[in-house]
Amino acid sequence: MAKTKVLLSGNEAIAQGAIQAGCTFYAGYPITPQNELIAYMAKYLPASGAVKGQAARVFIQAESELAAINMVYGASAAGARAMTSSSSPGISLKQEGISYLAGSQLPAVIVNIMRGGPGLGNIAPAQSDYFQATRGGGHGDYHVIVLAPASAQEAYDLTQSGFDLADKYRTPVMILGDGVLGQMMEPVKLSSRKIKTPPVKSWALCGCAGRKPNIAKSFFLREGALEEFNLKLQKNYQIIQQKEQRFEGLFLSDAKVILVAYGTMARIAKSAISQLRNAGKQVGLIRPISLWPFPERAFQIKNNRVKYLVLELSYGQMLQDVRLAVNGRQQVEFLGRSGGGILSQEQIIDKVKKIL
Amino acid sequence: MEKIFKRGESLYDVATHYCPGCGHGIAHRLVAEAVDSLGIREKTIGVAPVGCAVVAYDYWNFDCSEAAHGRALAVATGIKRVHPEKVVFTYQGDGDLAAIGTNETIHAANRGENLSVVFINNAVYGMTGGQLAPTTLLGQKTATSIEGRTKKAHGYPLKISEMLALLPGVCYIERVSLENPQEVLKAKRAIKQAFENQINNLGFSLVEVLSPCPTYWGLSPKESLDWIKLVMRKEFPLGRIK
Ligand SMILES: Cc1ncc(C[n+]2csc(CCOP(=O)(O)OP(=O)(O)O)c2C)c(N)n1
Ligand code: SF4
Ligand SMILES: [Mg+2]
Repeated sequence: MAKTKVLLSGNEAIAQGAIQAGCTFYAGYPITPQNELIAYMAKYLPASGAVKGQAARVFIQAESELAAINMVYGASAAGARAMTSSSSPGISLKQEGISYLAGSQLPAVIVNIMRGGPGLGNIAPAQSDYFQATRGGGHGDYHVIVLAPASAQEAYDLTQSGFDLADKYRTPVMILGDGVLGQMMEPVKLSSRKIKTPPVKSWALCGCAGRKPNIAKSFFLREGALEEFNLKLQKNYQIIQQKEQRFEGLFLSDAKVILVAYGTMARIAKSAISQLRNAGKQVGLIRPISLWPFPERAFQIKNNRVKYLVLELSYGQMLQDVRLAVNGRQQVEFLGRSGGGILSQEQIIDKVKKIL
Repeated sequence: MEKIFKRGESLYDVATHYCPGCGHGIAHRLVAEAVDSLGIREKTIGVAPVGCAVVAYDYWNFDCSEAAHGRALAVATGIKRVHPEKVVFTYQGDGDLAAIGTNETIHAANRGENLSVVFINNAVYGMTGGQLAPTTLLGQKTATSIEGRTKKAHGYPLKISEMLALLPGVCYIERVSLENPQEVLKAKRAIKQAFENQINNLGFSLVEVLSPCPTYWGLSPKESLDWIKLVMRKEFPLGRIK
């Protein structure tokens, strides 16, 4: 498939990105709107090219999201690049496992194609799992790196970065998208490079021939041991916060109003911006790509008269991170919908005109 | 003087943290001896449960993983699928395997995962203070069945081994006991068998071990062994189930 462009849904692009990244283990459980992802993995993962140093590429339809995330725990502990995917209710079930991955410093990629909540909610696109994703999600003092693609191409690319970051920092990484991203078909330029060879992991469980036993665990019973470990995690998180902030900025040099939006919401924001710009309005965009670490750097804008307008398919979740980043220097406004309704260009334009 | 019995390489020389008369220590040793007698220490990967045996890896000299409470067979599935040539086993209590983890247990067995399971049935939740377990006997008093287990309030002791025997993916199930040295020797043979089955790619093997918990049975270590023999075995008969 060298250098070809193919038409893929966001879900399929994530799956193909994982295959390209050398993922050799996938376990998942069906849930809308991410079913294309598990189906793609079932069809293509076992048959994809071999990965150096790995026995085979394994697909398992697990009996539940709990089983899937814990299979990923085992596969990751065994040294494989491992992934699972789901949508909101299923991600809630995985949270205990994600906490165990973080506590055991095991890399893994977890995909959440968000749907409406709380509860069974609906299957419409949503961004309402932002808090859950960026605050750790499960129990304990931890974070996962959260990457939010806004197109199928970016989903393909970020999934690959996700595996690299997971291995580099020994942490779970979440790819956070919504139902529109997951299901919309778009052309994706596939990598012409060979399938990646994952790094050798000296800590992996593979039999203790010629070395002391390796143990995968998150349990620290000795007095002071957990605090020591948590401080080590915090150090890792500080490095991640320094080095891995990602965002896209548009028209930031002259903007009087800066829209802040991620994923699908950012694409609608872009359309609104081009209309507003055509009408001579100085509007810009900050699109966070890493949601954790939140790209605070993007908000170091000197002009105190700049106003931010945070746009979400949720009720003021990312808003809190923007307020923290802006730290009272400038005015922060909010516009959001949640529960299936998608903010339209017109709604955005109306709001911008009121603020300007 | 010639040494005719010594600690095998798979068992660390460390002090036990288990209560006096607890069965976990014996079961740990049996696992280690089975591993050593098959010469597979360097290719064995164990999965420890959440339960009194949570730090089983502090006793075993081979690679091990922890698993969240009940998820040992999901974790083991992940490990074994990545390393099909290694010997992977889980060590789980009754609460872990037959209550919170029942789903993972049944489905790993039903997929015929080529794994070995050492299932410690002590009829209580030891770790959390002696509460009702799925395997608690009718009439047995626990912290959460103060007047004793009743059919009406708590249902019946769960015979998960017999249930699993129905599944075509399961190749071997045996129930053994730690009540006396003869039975301990049988238990050792059964655990070794479960490992051999895996080495021969035969599928899912499970050994249920009736194991004393003097602390939460409210009995002395000696009385606990008698209780297995006289009471527990009536509900959970020993021998080959599949
Ligand atoms: C999700 C979760 N729920 C509950 C617990 C608390 N817990 C720890 S061990 C245990 C029961 C263990 O009983 P069993 O599996 O029979 O093992 P034993 O201690 O008897 O060997 C429970 C309920 C936990 N650690 N995690
Ligand atoms: S509580 Fe019971 S199972 Fe746990 S260590 Fe003590 S005797 Fe053993
Ligand atoms: Mg028990």
